[in-house]
Parts: sequence; structure tokens; C-alpha cells
Amino acid sequence: MLVANGLECLRGERRLFRDLGFELEPGMLLEVQGANGSGKTSLLRMLCGLLAPTAGEILWNGADIGSLGEAYRGELAYLGHQNAIKDDLTAVENLLVSETLAEAAVTRASAREALARLGLRGHEELPTRVLSQGQKRRAALARLLFRERCRLWVLDEPFVALDAQAVRDVAGIIAGQLGGGGIVIFTTHQEVPVEAPRRVALRLGR
Amino acid sequence: MSAPAPLAAFACVLRRDLLLALRRRSDLATTLFFFVIVVSLFPLGVGPEANLLRTMAPGVVWVAALLASMLALGRLFAGDYADGTLEQLVLAPHPLGLLVGAKVAAHWLVTGLPLVVLAPLLGLAFDLGPRALGVLALTLLLGTPTLGLVGAIGAALTLGLRGAGALLSLLVLPLYIPVLIFGAGAVEAVANGLGPGAHLSVLGALLALAVFFAPWAAAVALRISLE
Repeated sequence: MLVANGLECLRGERRLFRDLGFELEPGMLLEVQGANGSGKTSLLRMLCGLLAPTAGEILWNGADIGSLGEAYRGELAYLGHQNAIKDDLTAVENLLVSETLAEAAVTRASAREALARLGLRGHEELPTRVLSQGQKRRAALARLLFRERCRLWVLDEPFVALDAQAVRDVAGIIAGQLGGGGIVIFTTHQEVPVEAPRRVALRLGR
Repeated sequence: MSAPAPLAAFACVLRRDLLLALRRRSDLATTLFFFVIVVSLFPLGVGPEANLLRTMAPGVVWVAALLASMLALGRLFAGDYADGTLEQLVLAPHPLGLLVGAKVAAHWLVTGLPLVVLAPLLGLAFDLGPRALGVLALTLLLGTPTLGLVGAIGAALTLGLRGAGALLSLLVLPLYIPVLIFGAGAVEAVANGLGPGAHLSVLGALLALAVFFAPWAAAVALRISLE
């Protein structure tokens, strides 16, 4: 269970949000909405522990995420607004590296299969430099297929640059994770048909 | 997975960075050429006076090695920072210091080790004797990893700043001074007929200290830079 209490975010002189709180139980989806610059990415980075909140606390199963350290990071799958893929490596190599680091059971074959599921069949062995924006996003999203055991997914604009088919694929993956008792948090500007029985929306900015 | 998890993570980052270096060989060539050119400029500028060159050689080669490793430092974290992979490294369920250590190790293998190999060849242009050449290579072998490790702290602190390159050199070059003194000192000692043992021991101690502390300091600096 993820609990946020009284979160405040100051960026320079600007206060992006204050006194923000929520409780997420297994199987719940949190959709963070808000205009550009309203602090969505900052909130997600806080929830990952990349950014320390100016005030407030974030608890994972009752313990502060800062004190949990690696134990928390092992439960977390984060997709930033950057794809975190290396241009000079192929999609398969990227996936092998990221999933080995995440301690997922990944092989060359399973990596190829994951990429194929996201519509990258035939592009697995190309340097990702030559892929389009949407294809790079798919390559980054393929990581999620190895992170079922991660109880918390934090996804920053997962649907950006994706075509309609890929949006449906990713929505399906997210729905599956929610069905398996995972918590998913994402930001988006588009209407996305994710099947989520327990959905919370959070609107940032006044 | 056969290897224990932290070792597997270390090997994974090391292999990734070596692979990336292999795919961008031109980046490495710049560092090496820089080193070769700076060192070769001195005999050309000073003139063919063997005694003077022999006296200068250790200092010149070492200063050039410092500058070359400075030049390469900028790339240590910058690429990972730009494409978001650094965030993923920080969020990986492993001690960040270990992963930073792997990155520095890969960085040294592609930018430091070639300097060690090249230095004796360049030393020939300075009329150094065989024993001095051997000690020169040995000091670089012990010293350049320290440069990379200490430099990693600076590179992590200046990550994402404007004018990071100049700031990095101001921050890191003063910290390189002990390595420079003992590295060049060992070669001078041999040239003067003394043993290099004491100097080499200090270099080894500096390296041990850096291996132990620098990755963790750099990890803390990275976390701050990413905020």
C-alpha cells in the first residue's frame, strides 16, 4: 500500500503543490492530471524517491520509502518521460541490460518476444537510433512486461507518441497489472481506455 | 542467474559501457590523440636537448595524462543523464556506489589503460631509460584509476550544469595534485638512481582509498544532481 501525506513541492521560488495526500491499495490506478508545469513529473519523481519532497512523507506498507532504499526500489518500475534507452544499442540489448539490472529473469529470446508483443518485430536488432519516437517509446515500455512482480508502476506519460494500436496494447498491459494486484500511477493528457475497476484521479494546479 | 546479484549488476553495467564505447570508437580516439599530441609537442618545442628532456619527461607525461583524463571525464555520466538511463541506474535495486564503480571501471579500461600502454612509447621521445619507462607505466597503472575515481565525484557534482566542463576542471585538478606529485616523483627517483618503492606505495594507498570512498561519494553526488 502506498500512502502520501501532506506532500509539498517547491521548485525554485514556485510552489507547485502543497498538502497533497492519497492512499493507494493493491489493484488501484491513480491518474495524475494537470496542465503543463503543474508538477506531475515532480510528483512522480517524488514517489520514486528521485526527488525529496519539501514537506510531507511517502510510505510504502507503512515505512518511509527513503529508509526502505533498495527494498522499495525492487518493488518499483519507473518509466520517465525520457525513454532511458541507449541509441547505440539495439532494442534487445537495451532490454537485456535494464532487466538484468532490475533482477528480472530475462533472456535474449524472452526480450525478443516482449518487443514483438509491443509491435517491434523485425526491429529488435537495429540500433534504437534509427527507430521512430513511437517505436522508441514501445521499446521502453517493453520493460513493463518483465516487471509483473513489481508492486508499483510509476509511468510518466506512457502513451505519448504511441499510435492507437500501441495505446490499446499498453492499456491492456496496465489493466493486467491492476488485475494482478499491482498499483499503477500514470500521467496522461489523452483519454485512455484503461480498464480499472478502482480508479482515482488527482488534479494538480488550481 | 549464476553470479550473485550485485556482481551480476556490476558486470552488466561494465559490459554495457564497454559495448557503448566500442560502438563510439571516435570518442576514445580523441582522448588518445590529445595525450599523444600534448606529449609530443614538448620535444618539438623545447628542442633536442637530451638532458633537459629526460628531466622534464615524467612531469610532462603525467600532466598530459591528467589533462587527457579530465577531457574524458565529461562523458562519464553525461550520456546516461541525457537519455534518462541514469535515473534507471539510480532506481535499480542495487547499491548505487557499486554501479558507479562499474561505470568508472569501464571508463578507465577505455580511456586510462591505453594511456598506460602508450606512455612508454612516448617516453622514448624523451630519451628515458628502460627502467624509467617501466616505472612510468607502472605509476600510470596505479595512478590513472585514482584519477578516474576522484574525477567521477566531480563529474557527478557538475552533471547538468551550464559550463560544467570548466567547473569540473577547477574542482578536480587540485585533487589530482597528490597523484601527480607521487607519479612523476617515482620516475624522477629512478632517473636519479633511487628506488621508486616509497612513491609507488603512496600511489597504491591513494588508489585503495579512492576505490573505497570515491564510488559512494559519487553516488551521493549523483542523487543530488538528479533532484
